[in-house]
Amino acid sequence: MSETNGHLNSRSKLHGLWALTNRELKKWYKAPIVFLLTLIQPIIWLGLLGNALNLGSLVSPSSFTIPPQVITQLQLTPTQINGLQQLFGNLGNQILQSTFGTTSYISFMAVGMIAFTALFTTMFSGMSVVWDRRLGFLNKVLSTPVSRSVIILSKVFSATLRSMFQALIILVIAVPFGFQFGANFNPLNLLGVFAMLFLVCVGLSSMFIAINIRSSRIETPMAVMNLLNLPLTFASSAFFPIDKMPTWLQAVASVNPMSYTIDGMRQLLIFNTNYTQLVWDFAYVGIFAVVLTTIGVVLSWRYLNK
Amino acid sequence: MSDDVIKAEGLTKVFNHNLVAVDHISFSVRQGEIFGFLGPNGAGKTTTINMLITVLKPTEGHAYILGSDIVKENMEVRNSIGVVPQEYTADEDLTGYENILLCADLYGIPRNIAKKRAIELLELVELTPFKDKRVQTYSGGMRRRLELACGLINRPKLLFLDEPTLGLDVQTRTATWNYVRRLKKEYGMTLFMTTHYLEEADALCDRIAIIDHGKIIVTGTPDELKESLGGDIITLSIQKDVDITGLVKKIPHVKEARKENGSYLIKSENGEVTAPLIIEALRKEGHVVTKLSLTKPTLNEVYLQYTGRSMRDAEESPEAVFAQRATMRRARQ
Repeated sequence: MSETNGHLNSRSKLHGLWALTNRELKKWYKAPIVFLLTLIQPIIWLGLLGNALNLGSLVSPSSFTIPPQVITQLQLTPTQINGLQQLFGNLGNQILQSTFGTTSYISFMAVGMIAFTALFTTMFSGMSVVWDRRLGFLNKVLSTPVSRSVIILSKVFSATLRSMFQALIILVIAVPFGFQFGANFNPLNLLGVFAMLFLVCVGLSSMFIAINIRSSRIETPMAVMNLLNLPLTFASSAFFPIDKMPTWLQAVASVNPMSYTIDGMRQLLIFNTNYTQLVWDFAYVGIFAVVLTTIGVVLSWRYLNK
Repeated sequence: MSDDVIKAEGLTKVFNHNLVAVDHISFSVRQGEIFGFLGPNGAGKTTTINMLITVLKPTEGHAYILGSDIVKENMEVRNSIGVVPQEYTADEDLTGYENILLCADLYGIPRNIAKKRAIELLELVELTPFKDKRVQTYSGGMRRRLELACGLINRPKLLFLDEPTLGLDVQTRTATWNYVRRLKKEYGMTLFMTTHYLEEADALCDRIAIIDHGKIIVTGTPDELKESLGGDIITLSIQKDVDITGLVKKIPHVKEARKENGSYLIKSENGEVTAPLIIEALRKEGHVVTKLSLTKPTLNEVYLQYTGRSMRDAEESPEAVFAQRATMRRARQ
């Protein structure tokens, strides 16, 4: 044990960040079943919910017929009947377009699902803090020369990287399910989508870590998840457009950062991009991320230094 | 500067402004010794360790580890100590080797050095054949040895062991004792350990401190502590029902004698020398000794003498209970 620890001087302030981040990620990609489930989950969602709520089929030309008494009363010719059917069919598409901004509901929903999956993944970062405390790992890490901020940032980054990977999977899976990119979609837009996800995930996981860092009970993050999960998801544009919601819900949804994340991603992926709106989305989510990350890291850092 | 590896002066921790967990304790641990920290549940052992390993900040008082202040120079402290927690903190999904490398990363040890040390440490704790097996498949004893290897990755001068043999079988426990002795002997390491097994403290520790209600009650070598109880206990019975306490008290080395339930309890230093003298003295007076037994005090008696016999039920946090149960469960796998 005579060898000197000469490396100590050359060590960076962020040493251990990748080791701890990778530790979290390994729990996921090294466990084949867990990894497989994260792949299957979007298929189930898109397959079941996306197809069950296939709003497009409700208003397609074949989904209704003109009542016979109307035909006899107005003495319609077959050509006229056909024309009317076409008209109503297009009307359906128009309704979809004006409601969801796209004629493909599954595309609308898939983007909502990306955000929803990110929300869930970041919630689990709060849970993993509690587990580390309970299993004694947190104390062990605290006794090593790893910076306190690194301990928190590793949780934030692992949740963020995971969410971004899952988003990619959802997109890839959504294509065979009929995902339609917007008219002016450019593959570079994907970078924008990941930038948006990065911001919101960093903000959300910092928040969930700060909420749970004091807790040693696994019930706390569960309760927090149950409490915030539904409002954050459904009081947003994840599955339904905000302007068709009741006014009170609109008020909630219009401050929900999830709405801006989802809108930003839709602008980039499926809408005819409205750049003013996109910049506004990025600004809102960016500020949210900066504020929550600062609060989260400061609170956690303080607590870990008690 | 003194060669004390740990020096605590009036170290105090108060939780939530009213719960005094550790109450102005002062002690020192010398270079190269195994120091045992004993006490009932909730006595303040874990809080003290957590302050010394820089996980908790003291409310009052100071402590120095190898001359560095645990608050102001906490990075120096963290670099020079190793910690083997009571819990099994190794990652189940990783192999033993990967777990040691993870620990090395926490100390910022470059990969090439870390790999070399990991191989050496696996050899030291006899886990080389299992180095590429997932920790999931390890037995309790193997997990404990892996924790030990992780705690040694930064070549610490001072190693903290929290309940190192909790839940282990006798064979594994004996093996663990041997590792501890080797660390002291071959590497000149100083060890600070807590344990509930008093025979373990007796077998391993050079010095012991007993803590209760946040205060250190007594410090000394195991032998000093045993002697502080007043020596050996000789229990004897005689045929006739007469009081011989006055007679016995005149015999050299006898400190105390009293009659209890028809037999005599005699406290004496060097009981094995005193016992024949007592028999001889009684024979001269015409008494016949029918029964005699000699008990050397163990640390158990010392411990109970200083901390009392009442059990400490409600003083542990649910968190600590959970951690302890998890440890015991995995130790027995």
